[in-house]
Amino acid sequence: MHETTEHVEGTKRTFLFVWGWLLALTGVEVILAYQHLEIKVMLGILMTLSIVKASLIISYFMHLRYERRSLAWTLMPALVFVVGMMFIAFPDSIRLLLMKPH
Amino acid sequence: MASHQATSDLETRESAWSGGGSPFAIGSKKLGMWLFIVSDAITFSALLIAYSFVRVASASWPMPFEWPSILNATIMTVVLLSSSLTMVMGVRAAKLGRSSAVVGWLAATMLGGILFDILHIREWLGLIGEGVRLFKNPWGDPQFGAAFFTLTGLHMTHVTIGVVYLGVIAWGSRRGKYTSEDVEVSGLYWHFVDLVWMFIFPLVYLMSYKMA
Repeated sequence: MHETTEHVEGTKRTFLFVWGWLLALTGVEVILAYQHLEIKVMLGILMTLSIVKASLIISYFMHLRYERRSLAWTLMPALVFVVGMMFIAFPDSIRLLLMKPH
Repeated sequence: MASHQATSDLETRESAWSGGGSPFAIGSKKLGMWLFIVSDAITFSALLIAYSFVRVASASWPMPFEWPSILNATIMTVVLLSSSLTMVMGVRAAKLGRSSAVVGWLAATMLGGILFDILHIREWLGLIGEGVRLFKNPWGDPQFGAAFFTLTGLHMTHVTIGVVYLGVIAWGSRRGKYTSEDVEVSGLYWHFVDLVWMFIFPLVYLMSYKMA
């Protein structure tokens, strides 16, 4: 019983810690947006930060870190794969941009 | 000996197939919600990538968001992140059996969602007032409106549905109709809605702010 309470109390601190990090990363993103970086670099950093934030939410708030590992391995690779496949469209969008009639 | 081992193996195999077990050791409601979340994530990814596609292909994409808009969107982000915190506290309270605390935490989460919706609709009305329509705007590529309103509109719809969902769960758990598992499952949905915003915020707002 005592053990359960300790685990739960520790978890409350974990939640606040994660929330703090999410806010901090958001702040970094906003500040970064106003720096004069090349678009590709900006996009790369912002997307990386967003994936970190998403991982924090999925792992801790959605509790996936504490579930059976097989659940994460069933859900996440499938999602990453499907979204990755959608990126096939981008060379076409670049083609449309470069081949616009002037 | 050999036949005893064979029988025991057969029994194990049969018991796995005879039902009553929980894949991944989670309940069916939770697994169902996770599967839905993955499918909805794919839907939003498709919309985000479609938005990005149209933007990359455009020679004159509007960059209409000045600092007040970026500040508004940042506040919306903080509101949603904080509502995820109150949600997770609500789930914790449910697991500890504190039913009145559950209602409080869920109400706080719902308020966060409602505040998010209000700020978002205010922004929409501002854009519409400046002349942005689905296929027309005063600044650039006419596809901006359709892309922006579809993406943020679907997200806002998810937030609103979430607020209603949480209201039902809060009401029912108070009457003892819903268990801590039900609260946790509603929490998964809410965090997912927050998750999607984590990608909409940088891609739509931060990448389109009006550089001075």
